[in-house]
Amino acid sequence: MADRPGVGAPPAGPAIEAVGLVKTFGADRAVDGVDLTVQAGTVYGVLGPNGAGKTTTVKMLATLLRPDGGQARIFGHDVVREADTVRGLVSLTGQYASLDEDLTGLENLVLLGRLTGLSKRSARERAGRMLEAFALVDAAGRQVKNYSGGMRRRLDIAASLLNTPALLFLDEPTTGLDPRSRNQVWDIVRAIVDLGTTVLLTTQYLDEADRLASRIAVIDKGRVIAEGTKGELKASVGSGSVHLRLRDPGQRAEAERVLALHLAAEVQLDVDPVALTARVGDAGGDRGAAERASRVLAELARRGITVDTFSLGQPSLDEVFLALTDRRAGAGGAPADVKEGAPA
Amino acid sequence: MSTVTPGETAPRGDELTPVSARSLADLLAADERPARPGPFAASMAFGWRAMLKIKHVPEQLFDVTVLPVMLVLMFTHLFGGALAGSPREYIQYLLPGVMVMSVVMTTMYTGIAINNDIDKGVFDRFRTLPVWRPATVVGYLLGDVLRYSIASVVMLTAGLVIGFRPDGGAVGVVAGILLLIVFAFSFSWIGTMFGLLVRDEKTVMGASMTVIFPSNFLSDIFVDPATMPGWLRTLVDHNPITHVASAVRGLMDGHWPGAEVAWTLGWSAALVAVFGSLTVRLYNRK
Repeated sequence: MADRPGVGAPPAGPAIEAVGLVKTFGADRAVDGVDLTVQAGTVYGVLGPNGAGKTTTVKMLATLLRPDGGQARIFGHDVVREADTVRGLVSLTGQYASLDEDLTGLENLVLLGRLTGLSKRSARERAGRMLEAFALVDAAGRQVKNYSGGMRRRLDIAASLLNTPALLFLDEPTTGLDPRSRNQVWDIVRAIVDLGTTVLLTTQYLDEADRLASRIAVIDKGRVIAEGTKGELKASVGSGSVHLRLRDPGQRAEAERVLALHLAAEVQLDVDPVALTARVGDAGGDRGAAERASRVLAELARRGITVDTFSLGQPSLDEVFLALTDRRAGAGGAPADVKEGAPA
Repeated sequence: MSTVTPGETAPRGDELTPVSARSLADLLAADERPARPGPFAASMAFGWRAMLKIKHVPEQLFDVTVLPVMLVLMFTHLFGGALAGSPREYIQYLLPGVMVMSVVMTTMYTGIAINNDIDKGVFDRFRTLPVWRPATVVGYLLGDVLRYSIASVVMLTAGLVIGFRPDGGAVGVVAGILLLIVFAFSFSWIGTMFGLLVRDEKTVMGASMTVIFPSNFLSDIFVDPATMPGWLRTLVDHNPITHVASAVRGLMDGHWPGAEVAWTLGWSAALVAVFGSLTVRLYNRK
């Protein structure tokens, strides 16, 4: 995976190391002491709601904003003192398409190719091949302002890859895209990482971080409130929950006892008189959860309780996220150390 | 909530073909990095961009084609009779000055263009490139030099049609236009500074006009300063626009106004030194 020397040839060590990053705008501490470590060759997700400080953090890492406190190194190079070296290693695909809308797709790429030092002719050639790889040949001669959202995003990512960056920042790459274009962007991101490029992805969609990133930092109000692998984050709110709908509301009390007994967990009675939800205990991971859930089903059947619908959900990152931000809102929160209590 | 996930079905092929991972791999793996472009190459690349923008949005040339012709005709016929006896007399005096005015007014658009780029996000992309930082701005200015040249030629042509007869001949006229373009290039840095400094394009326009409008009218473009009251005359004589207009007028007239040319070049250097460095500072801090 990361053993392709041609791709950016990142030096050993982490791709990003940020310690205590701070950025203030007037009285507003947009980023308030962010620590991040991103290993080379991975996709790292930075997850948070609007205004959490994601974009500001990315801009500091990409040398667009000067941090007011803390420091950050990209492949060992300081983003302030060695900004120029860092710029040679990174690319940024911003939240709003960072392209010249008056120019055609081809012209945009040729321009950026020339700015990375290619001659006009090799820039043209490379731009052409890039458009081919991104299936944009038909639109090459059209002005970018006439592109669809999905095409624009594609061209934007293509533009970011022209200089074969070792580290690519994707700031909310799918915000505003329809589901199909979104899927395509995900495919592109996977392809890029397979080639050994490190990707830092910010998103407000938990789904997206879940699918793409191997490690995730959850940030809220300018601070990292949790960090870890997807598994760790999910485990921190329990390993999942079962949802049941019974045919007969009269059997709910009995079903509740069965659930409590077999899952060793608190059972929630929903407003709907036939529905119940229970967390599957923490031990044993996903497989354990599925096994225990099927035992519950068998036991319910044995007792003649008719189950209309059943589902076993892994805790989504949504639950994790809400759990984390809620707790923080309640307790002024220290990072991580997660307990349950997520509204599903 | 991710319940039993129905597999990742990615319906595709309807509008966009999927990205070819293999050709992407070839692209990213094969090439070694080219050497970074030097300041000149980077500026030329951005200059090329400015030309492309003119090619794709030719209507933006309105302000260097239709407007200047309008100014020439309007001022010649409006003031000509009163100030010089006839429009035909007046245009001999007015044309070089009105060229200066029109080109200086055009410098405002450099700031607007930069401000637009910042809004659109393309600016951020340029700023993450490891190139000589002022190149972006210099690129705009190179595009603008083309616009200034177009404006100058258009006005000269309009002037010739209605009776402007420069005694300096082709050499004088060309020298005058070159000097004007040098000054305009330098003056543009005021616009680039505003473009980086203020938040929206309307403010850029307002701020630029506040500088451009009085400096054009409080000069010798329209009226010989000898007719002005003493205090005003002092002001007008020290206005850089007066020096430029006098120098251009002198060159087109066939004398070589050494002092005025020197003043113009001095002012140009000073403008670049002050506003050029302010612009670069703002660019780096933005």
